[in-house]
Amino acid sequence: MPWELDNDRPIYLQLMERIQVDIMSGKYKTGGKLPSVRELALEASVNPNTMQKALSELERSGLVYSQRTSGRFITEDRDMLKKMKHAIAGEQIKAFIEKMKQLGFEDDELCTLVTDTIKGENK
Amino acid sequence: MTPILECQGLTKQYGNFYALSNLNLTLDRGQIVGLLGPNGSGKTTLIKLINGLLVPSDGMVSINNLQPGAETKQVISYLPDKNFLNDWEKITDIVAYFADFYSNFSSERAFKMLGDLNIDPSKRLRTLSKGTQEKVQLILVMSRNAELYILDEPIGGVDPAARDYILNTIISNYNENATILLSTHLIADIENVLDRVLFIQNGQLALNTTVDEIRMQQGKSVDSLFREVFKC
Repeated sequence: MPWELDNDRPIYLQLMERIQVDIMSGKYKTGGKLPSVRELALEASVNPNTMQKALSELERSGLVYSQRTSGRFITEDRDMLKKMKHAIAGEQIKAFIEKMKQLGFEDDELCTLVTDTIKGENK
Repeated sequence: MTPILECQGLTKQYGNFYALSNLNLTLDRGQIVGLLGPNGSGKTTLIKLINGLLVPSDGMVSINNLQPGAETKQVISYLPDKNFLNDWEKITDIVAYFADFYSNFSSERAFKMLGDLNIDPSKRLRTLSKGTQEKVQLILVMSRNAELYILDEPIGGVDPAARDYILNTIISNYNENATILLSTHLIADIENVLDRVLFIQNGQLALNTTVDEIRMQQGKSVDSLFREVFKC
């Protein structure tokens, strides 16, 4: 199945996000090897040059590194992975709060709502 | 490295009508390029000029630094917008004909793709549906090891599942030194596969940029931008 991509944002950014999430979720193991550009491009049904750009950007961020002949690997720096996970979570939470504000929830109201929902789910 | 395609001041005139007018374009190697424009904007005229099927009224076109001719036909693999095969022939015979005609044709690749799309090569072309005939033609064109693939409306008549297969074929056969130039109206379907898009309007190049630049600067897809620019 091609990856689900939005129409209004650059494709390479969305590929980066998707690969980041796949690394966080453990689909690709810490320290493990990433599939080749071509394999990933085929899986996502995107242009190989765009996939190449996404991977180069991830390399610049330090999340993956390339070894000249054997391909790209995921960093073993767990601190960095943790930081990245928090950064992604932060963005999601901000977006969520924004939406709730639009619905007219105040901060404390929102907090109770969230804790109640979590408790409800944990029962 | 020399660009694979260069057009300078390219013009095609029919009486008072300019099908193409002073078009300048340079394409580098290793890209998948969408040639987009409304009906009658000059897409097929440009494609025919590149293939040497039309002679320019003015300006020039060069492929690999060569004028269109016998040598450039070796470099270009071209899918016309109309059927170009003898439809009474069996597919196996057509494949043999291509293998005979083009030194860079891979019969192995052609038969593999025919198999993947469940097309029986022992059948005569005219016994197949319109969409399947189109698939056969595209398979033949993509089975050549060319430097420039020019596909005029390659996915128009085929079903969405086969469209996915064809796009995957384009991605997986893609080689770093080859450029694919394809014209289509099905922008949304191919947008993710393209590096670059060319908008052509009234025989002139209206836009030449990458897909992600459009998304970054306009915050919209190529498909939406097209609908906006060419709104009727």
